[in-house]
Amino acid sequence: MEVKIITEYSVLIGGKAGDGISQAGQLIASLFSELGYHVYQYIDYPSLIRGGHNFCIIRAAEKPIMAYRDGIDVILALDQTTIDLHQKKLRPNGTIIYDKKRVKDTGHALDIGDIIEKYHGIRIMGNTAIISAFCGFMGISWDITEQVFRRKLQKKTDTNIQIAQEAYSQISKSMNIGPSVNGKHLPLLSGNEWISLGLLAGGIDAYIAYPMTPSSGILHYLASVAHEAGIEVIHPESEIAVILIALGFSYAGKKTAVGTSGGGFCLMTEGLSLAGMAEIPIIIVLSQRAGPSTGLPTYSSQSDLLFACHAGQGEFPRWIASPATSEEAYAFSAEAVRIAWKFQVPAFILSDKSFSEGIFTGEINPDETKESFQSSPSFPYRRYEDTPNGISPILAPPYVHETIKYNSYTHDYQGITTEDPEMTVTMVQKRIRKTEQLLKYVDKPGAVHLGGKESAKIALLCWGSPRGVCSEVAEELGLRVVSPVVISPFPTEEFRKAMTGVDKIILVEESSTGQLNLITAREGYKMDHVILRYDGRPFAVEELLDQVTRCIP
Amino acid sequence: MSSEDNLINSVQNTWCPGCGNFSIQHAIKAVILELEQEGIPKEKIVLVSGIGCHAKIVDYFNLNSFYSLHGRTIPVATGIKMANPDLTVICFAGDGDLYAEGLDHLIHAAKRNLDITVICHNNRVYGLTTGQYTPTSPHGFSGKSTPDGLIEYPLNVIELLLGAGASFVARTYTRRLPHLKRVLKEAIIHHGFSHVDVLQICATFFNQTAWYDERVYETSESNSDRFEFACKTAQQWNYNDDTKIPLGIFFRFTKPVLPEKKDLTSKDRISVIKSLLDRAT
Repeated sequence: MEVKIITEYSVLIGGKAGDGISQAGQLIASLFSELGYHVYQYIDYPSLIRGGHNFCIIRAAEKPIMAYRDGIDVILALDQTTIDLHQKKLRPNGTIIYDKKRVKDTGHALDIGDIIEKYHGIRIMGNTAIISAFCGFMGISWDITEQVFRRKLQKKTDTNIQIAQEAYSQISKSMNIGPSVNGKHLPLLSGNEWISLGLLAGGIDAYIAYPMTPSSGILHYLASVAHEAGIEVIHPESEIAVILIALGFSYAGKKTAVGTSGGGFCLMTEGLSLAGMAEIPIIIVLSQRAGPSTGLPTYSSQSDLLFACHAGQGEFPRWIASPATSEEAYAFSAEAVRIAWKFQVPAFILSDKSFSEGIFTGEINPDETKESFQSSPSFPYRRYEDTPNGISPILAPPYVHETIKYNSYTHDYQGITTEDPEMTVTMVQKRIRKTEQLLKYVDKPGAVHLGGKESAKIALLCWGSPRGVCSEVAEELGLRVVSPVVISPFPTEEFRKAMTGVDKIILVEESSTGQLNLITAREGYKMDHVILRYDGRPFAVEELLDQVTRCIP
Repeated sequence: MSSEDNLINSVQNTWCPGCGNFSIQHAIKAVILELEQEGIPKEKIVLVSGIGCHAKIVDYFNLNSFYSLHGRTIPVATGIKMANPDLTVICFAGDGDLYAEGLDHLIHAAKRNLDITVICHNNRVYGLTTGQYTPTSPHGFSGKSTPDGLIEYPLNVIELLLGAGASFVARTYTRRLPHLKRVLKEAIIHHGFSHVDVLQICATFFNQTAWYDERVYETSESNSDRFEFACKTAQQWNYNDDTKIPLGIFFRFTKPVLPEKKDLTSKDRISVIKSLLDRAT
């Protein structure tokens, strides 16, 4: 058998909260993407502003990756905790580069304080020093190093460059990393930013959110590009206000998305149900973190799947998709906007902390963006006109001689409150027909990802962010990966196709109950093994590999 | 058919005989007809309601409307107004709806000086849920949830609104129809957040007709641009004590308004995305 050697690197940078570890990680990720590598960056930080331990793992490879591995090539230590916690992950031939005054170790010592002092810099520039030393160590040319530093460090650039040059010159070149064979410099964004781009491509007019980790990245990114993109970005008093303001925007004909995490979504559920009853388009990005309640605010989880599927009183159609790659985040977030407006339903993008705050490269083509949906009302206008497919044409005020009436009560065609049993049944059945139409629309290729060894009889079943790690494990063990992207309405036919020939199913999910199991059980599938994780951390490839190996003969 | 004839539709009205809501409906109808004469076409008017007896008003008007949730009138109205500043947005809310369930939204809309009008049908009792106390019910109120008498004292909502930054604060009474109509019209015309607390009786659960009739009076509005005078007027009646009850526009002030005038010219989204990708390094 021909052994394919994948050239890849893993770097860990750690320090105290307030050391700017997240930005430092992005700088390293940028260097790798500049060299043409596919990059995945995991960020681990506690819910505090100062102190505590933060670290990033940056992994670069010749193929798309969405997971980290246990073996680290280079550790960059800005504090002693980094060594104490992560030294065991160092590969046998790995190296530690550390700040001499704050860390005791054997490896490449750098007197960061001294370098900063020499160029009258400030403490945060310690990142510049250690990353530049890393570049020197890895054999990344000074030209590329300087170019990326100049682009990423826009404040006090010259001082940063002086510090970088000094640190670069103090370390001896020990490796020789060249440009990736792909040679293609791919855009590098967080999951939240890929989702944001998709929302923009779908044509949103407004984004409304209350800050909540791990969804806030969307709020921050879209606020920073709002003028350029010509959208409104609003941060109101609560998530209750968020969703109702968004529904007001929709009433006025403006395509609007909201974003939150579990706790905020709890507050949105009455508005969600209103959207279901009044048939108002709304896009909801729900980025999960570990619950119940406040839980682990900055750590990941997939435990809100069934909550998203069933939230809100009463019965109404909804669309839920959970992207696992940058390309899916972009395409499905754009699709969410089209679906919400075509079917006048809530459309969800279900993310999690690992995906939202992870940073990764991706390749999309904005020119392939689909046209947005156009409604064609007839007159005299009735908001809830009964139609064969259950979808009533939408119209926004002002419209001369017509009245546009939305209603949270059971209503008639015009939107007037009714308690009439026949009209009640008519409206329930109208919503049921919309559900059927929606299912017909979503159950098509692309709704379920099929990967790994596609003919294998053992399938790793997963959804959302764990697909990245599952794909690598499947590749190593010769297993199939089946991962529904659309989860509601569940794409029965596409799932059946992807599962054809499977005789053993292993579910991998970041929850304590294996929630996807309840959904696929309805389709008649029974899990043979369930691998669950609920400590808030994603699986490293080796960790999952170990657990899956124990499930297979 | 004249405009007047079709402003109220043929939907069956289910308010109790003697309900103050009829006066508000009548006054609003007259105001809208006048506004139409003065250049606000009725298709540019949007009525938003909460849930409660008051909210049926949006069903009865042949106008654009959004019959929203209990307590959520204001955020829905906020969205509509922010999305299309050309619309005239009028909120109808009840006292339980607005001052209990949705109080935070009221404070924040006043703080933002959002250019909408809020009309509170304040009968100081929950009607549709058949007679419980609200934030404006008097001390000792014997309702279904407080059979031994309410031990809390009511909220002086006028003081609250002044404190929150509302730029138009008024109180009127459903049995002073010309006053009601004038105040509602001024409120709708006001550029900024306008709030009208409308005292009304609940014919079934809290009929205070005689009590109000004896106490209400129309106060002078000559100092209504002065905050300290407005505060003094607000303190004349605390929604509890047996004193004279001033009616009128207590405060009217000009200050920066939301939504701001923005130039959201439509941009080619694809080229925006390409430009963002170019910078995503």
